[in-house]
Amino acid sequence: MIEIKDLHKSYKMGSNSFQVLKGINFSVAEGELVSIMGSSGSGKSTLLNILGMLDEADSGTYTLDGLPIKNLNEKIAARYRNKFLGFIFQSFNLITYKNALDNVALPLYYQGIKHKERVDIAMSYLEKVGLADWATHLPNELSGGQKQRVAIARALASNPKVLLADEPTGALDTKTSYEVMELIQGINDEGRTILVVTHEHDISLMTKRIVNLKDGLIIDDSKVDQVRAKSYV
Amino acid sequence: MFDLERWQEIFETIGKNKLRTFLTGLSVASGIFILIILLGIGEGMKNGISKEFERDAANMVSVWTNVTSKEYKGLNPGRAITLKNEDYTNTVNNYQDQLEYKSSVFRIWNGAVNFKKESGTYRVEGVWPDYQFLENADMTEGRFLNYMDNDNIEKVVILGNKVKNDLFKNGEDPIGQYVEISDINFKVVGVYSDPGGEREESRVFLPITTAQRVFNGGNDVRSLAFTLHKRDNFEQALAESEQFSAELGTYLKEKHNVAPDDNRAITINNSLENTKRFYDLTNMIKIFFWGVGICTIIAGIVGVSNIMLIIVKERTREIGIRKALGAEPLSIIGMILHESIFVTTIAGFIGLITSLALLEFVGPLIETNYIANPSVNFNVALSTVFILVFAGAVAGFFPAWRAARIKPIIALRDE
Repeated sequence: MIEIKDLHKSYKMGSNSFQVLKGINFSVAEGELVSIMGSSGSGKSTLLNILGMLDEADSGTYTLDGLPIKNLNEKIAARYRNKFLGFIFQSFNLITYKNALDNVALPLYYQGIKHKERVDIAMSYLEKVGLADWATHLPNELSGGQKQRVAIARALASNPKVLLADEPTGALDTKTSYEVMELIQGINDEGRTILVVTHEHDISLMTKRIVNLKDGLIIDDSKVDQVRAKSYV
Repeated sequence: MFDLERWQEIFETIGKNKLRTFLTGLSVASGIFILIILLGIGEGMKNGISKEFERDAANMVSVWTNVTSKEYKGLNPGRAITLKNEDYTNTVNNYQDQLEYKSSVFRIWNGAVNFKKESGTYRVEGVWPDYQFLENADMTEGRFLNYMDNDNIEKVVILGNKVKNDLFKNGEDPIGQYVEISDINFKVVGVYSDPGGEREESRVFLPITTAQRVFNGGNDVRSLAFTLHKRDNFEQALAESEQFSAELGTYLKEKHNVAPDDNRAITINNSLENTKRFYDLTNMIKIFFWGVGICTIIAGIVGVSNIMLIIVKERTREIGIRKALGAEPLSIIGMILHESIFVTTIAGFIGLITSLALLEFVGPLIETNYIANPSVNFNVALSTVFILVFAGAVAGFFPAWRAARIKPIIALRDE
């Protein structure tokens, strides 16, 4: 599903160039649930942003479902993001003035789906994350866990090939974190490919494979026995 | 533009951001409002001033005399100069082709006019029939003087509207009645009104021949009044009347032994020059108000651009989210511009309608000199709204364009 070869990325900080990724090689097969671990500054978020086409690599190749992702203009990148990827952020990134249902329906708007159909699809995903009763609530009327579940519903709404989660539990307490992980595991069980960036060990143990990043290089990449979040909830 | 889905999205955004929408709208609406009111007042001042100038014919050249102020050919200053009948007749003969209306005037400043028990003192003016047009007098009843009255030295009189109201208190028909002027009976043949108002209407007109005889005027004339034929071209009319005034002045001063530069002894007033000054003045007023108006519009545009900048800044994160979810740059620009154009258009028309309504309903109630019937050309008003909307769109485009180009990752980091 994802093929990455020799990925480099550096940021300019004033006059200094700062190497974040120093040659990443890594691939993800369909249906995997992978966690990318690493301390802050290890380059894990940068890697995820490049995977999410939110950022561009300096060199190296990136292939998504057989499609080379290279030199995209904004328009095509936007279309690919909409079609292939679903994002889950640490800070949820819901649109504050839209209610839960409208937030979930937003990616469908950019797919050009008509209003009525959008609402139906969005509602079905809200039901899936267990928030059908909260459809008309604004994000600030929801708890952190609920917000993240709305965000997950939104990420799923466009039926993407890959879900990219950047510290999905970073802003949540332990119990809520496990609830969210349970939801993510459930989605993975249905066969969807998911990448989770995290620095929490217990969260990474709930995935099927852990990729360890340090100073811009993969130092460890191993499959683990998945811990079902349900056992904690 | 006609994308229903886009409209739904816009209305949702507007509905959820009422304060922001209100503030944008307010700055646009008030800008338009102020501009329209200013233009209306400018037009009102122009109307008001034109009214002041309507008292007499606009292209009138008039001559009056006083004492000499300069020594000339050994003659002392302080001599009283009086025009004579022949000054008038010579001028009329010399300029027959150019003159449209002409009259000499013999004037008594305080003439006692009585009817039965009512009496009053009014200006009594002996004039020629053309004087009606020189004075812009409208006949409300009866007729003005005719040449037969003058030739036959008839004792007939034309009353000003105010004189009629003063003397004929019971509402009698004044036509055919006799009024006494200096104890002599005159038959009323007409009543006139004058756009100059009461002051101009408290006069009575007699044939000049009669007036000279009755008031022992001999062949003295107090003043002359002429108009030249109208010309389509203002510059040509002005040049002709200036030439006529100059020639007339030279002729009269020479004849009466007055120094060529003694304008006090013989004053020639060319109202076309005044008219020109008036046009210049109204043009200045117009330019001034347009200037202020354009500054207001610019202030409005700056206001709108400012708000647009803030809106885009405030929505940077939202734009990042939308881009992450698959919004193309064009759709971001479209969304922001669509919203701003919609809001400025609605607000602009609200400002337009309220200001036009104010001018329409309050305008006629304004009763001061120099402002009359303030109004505004609807097309001008409409175009200002469109200019503002267009400028707002242009002003909004650049921040929107920039926002659309921000990398989503940077936009998402924005707090």
